[in-house]
Amino acid sequence: MSGLDHLTPLILTVITASTPLLFAAAGELVTERSGVLNLGVEGLMVTGALAAFAGTYVSGSAVIGVLCGALAGVLMALVFAALTLSLLANQVATGLALTIFGLGLTSLLGSGFIGVTVENIPKLNIPGLSELPVIGPILFGQDAMVYLSFACVGGIGWVLARTRIGLILRAVGASHDSAHALGYPVIRIRYLATMFGGAMGGIAGSYLSLVYTPMWAENLTAGRGWIALALVVFSTWRPGRLVLGAYLFGAITVIQLHAQGLGVDVPSQFLSMTPYLVTIMVLVIISRDHLKIQLNAPACLGRSFHPAQ
Amino acid sequence: MLRSTLKTLALAAIGGALLSVSAQAEPTKVGFIYVGPIGDHGWSYRHDVGRLAIEKELGAKVKTSYVESVSEGPDAERVISQLASSGHKLIFTTSFGYMNPTLKVAKRFPGVKFEHATGYKQAANVATYSARFYEGRYVIGAIAGKMTKSNTIGYVGAYPIPEVVRGINAFLLGARSVNPKVKVKVVWVNSWYDPGKEADAAKALIDQGVDVLAQHTDSPAPLQVAEKRGIVGFGQASDNIAFAPKAQLTAIIDNWDSYYVERAKAVLDGTWKKGDIWGGLKSTMVSMAPYTNMPADVKALAQKVEADIIAGKVHPFAGPIKDQSGALKAKAGEVLDDGTLLGMNWYVEGVEGKLPK
Repeated sequence: MSGLDHLTPLILTVITASTPLLFAAAGELVTERSGVLNLGVEGLMVTGALAAFAGTYVSGSAVIGVLCGALAGVLMALVFAALTLSLLANQVATGLALTIFGLGLTSLLGSGFIGVTVENIPKLNIPGLSELPVIGPILFGQDAMVYLSFACVGGIGWVLARTRIGLILRAVGASHDSAHALGYPVIRIRYLATMFGGAMGGIAGSYLSLVYTPMWAENLTAGRGWIALALVVFSTWRPGRLVLGAYLFGAITVIQLHAQGLGVDVPSQFLSMTPYLVTIMVLVIISRDHLKIQLNAPACLGRSFHPAQ
Repeated sequence: MLRSTLKTLALAAIGGALLSVSAQAEPTKVGFIYVGPIGDHGWSYRHDVGRLAIEKELGAKVKTSYVESVSEGPDAERVISQLASSGHKLIFTTSFGYMNPTLKVAKRFPGVKFEHATGYKQAANVATYSARFYEGRYVIGAIAGKMTKSNTIGYVGAYPIPEVVRGINAFLLGARSVNPKVKVKVVWVNSWYDPGKEADAAKALIDQGVDVLAQHTDSPAPLQVAEKRGIVGFGQASDNIAFAPKAQLTAIIDNWDSYYVERAKAVLDGTWKKGDIWGGLKSTMVSMAPYTNMPADVKALAQKVEADIIAGKVHPFAGPIKDQSGALKAKAGEVLDDGTLLGMNWYVEGVEGKLPK
């Protein structure tokens, strides 16, 4: 087997592993940029996964399934937003509660869907282009959601950097008092940003249960939501770096499995740790530069907004 | 005087009747603790089937309860002692990693009986039980040896404990009994149950040339990947043909029903004694799912190997057996004893990679 033959399936697996992280992290990035720290990404993802699976199973269409997943994510995020933005609950605690709630709720509701299978989402197949060696299947042979993930991240980056809406969102996250003084509806913007994050988390979950492992199993997300949260910080809240981070994590996860199969003489327990170790290392390196953090982090992240009367 | 005596006698009679009625009506509580969800369609699922068998057999005399997805560690001790202190008389702890928590709680509750699956330490009120899954692994190894074209077969492993290593070795020995050129590649997921990682591990193995896939993890994810990629594989702990109608060749099925019912009856009768049961294909603790998706001669071979093991004509760990370094672990004509099997922490020759310690 030539090296190139090895490379293509490896890259394809990396793309599959990184896409859910990219979706969830992109949504969380928008939420955090508006100043809301939503730690419940894991709960959003797992609820989206169950809703998408159920939707696809009942309707027979993957598109409806993904929409159901997104809707479920929005509803969960709405609960979080109501508690933290309107009732001024502590954002960290509420986010953690959302995760636990999501995991428990899906365990309960999902028991009827265990052992059931659904149709796969078809992959794109452009005759001619998709057959090119190496880049063919990688660039032109993916399923729709991979392309969607890049479109979303690109769209988010553009909106945040170059549009008025993006500017207002960043302003709300940087200084909610000033934004309020200027007349912008801070709470409403944060609601919308949180709901967007919920939708993206739901879509990430739907990718897991419809494409990654097309089935429903309890705790399907297995901690990926937490990785997505870390990736947002890793990327210093910049969408471009988010792609880098998601793919780095996905690549290391897949490569360590390949390394085991090749018989690399490193204990498998250590290899299993490597994706998390690398993420921690990068986070530590980034955090050492206080100026960079201050320049990039939304200054009002996690702080409740009380409009002064 | 007579009246008061009569009153006392009547009260005593009623009291005695009530006592005996309540003693009869009190069902024995049997508790179960699972390492994964019963929805895993694998290991924990089969234990729950055993629990339901107890309920069916013994009806109103027992009341079963279970706690699922309890991680092996301090949480386990908390859950087991909760079951013990809430009146359960028989508790099944269904994972290797529950060994020390079970023993600790057993010391504090000498009146409660514990059954620990796949462990090797007993006590006066702790029995261990396991199934000789390796017999099933030898059979699927033989099938794999025949079905592989690339002579590379894959194994998705959970943790490198003797139980799992034994399975890998039996798998390879079974494969080599029909195909001396075959090699096994192993990838460790470091979890009993993580569908995403298991799927990734399966993909990694297939990308490295594996064309028959076996697993010792609890979800059907590797088999699903096998189905998608067009190779064949084996189900684990329960029949997963629904997840992979074209890929599953057979599955090793755990049957705990008769053992569980027997032990529950023993507690009800008061005849429970600690023991260490290790049943295999013969005792039906291990059984094979119907053989499908294979040519008739391979099916015949599989059935013959199964029958030979049951009859005692073939032992999966019969010598000569060499380990990876070439050292002879069993001479020709010798069979590895149970002790060696229980503590097995070396690979046989033909498994690729080093065993993580």
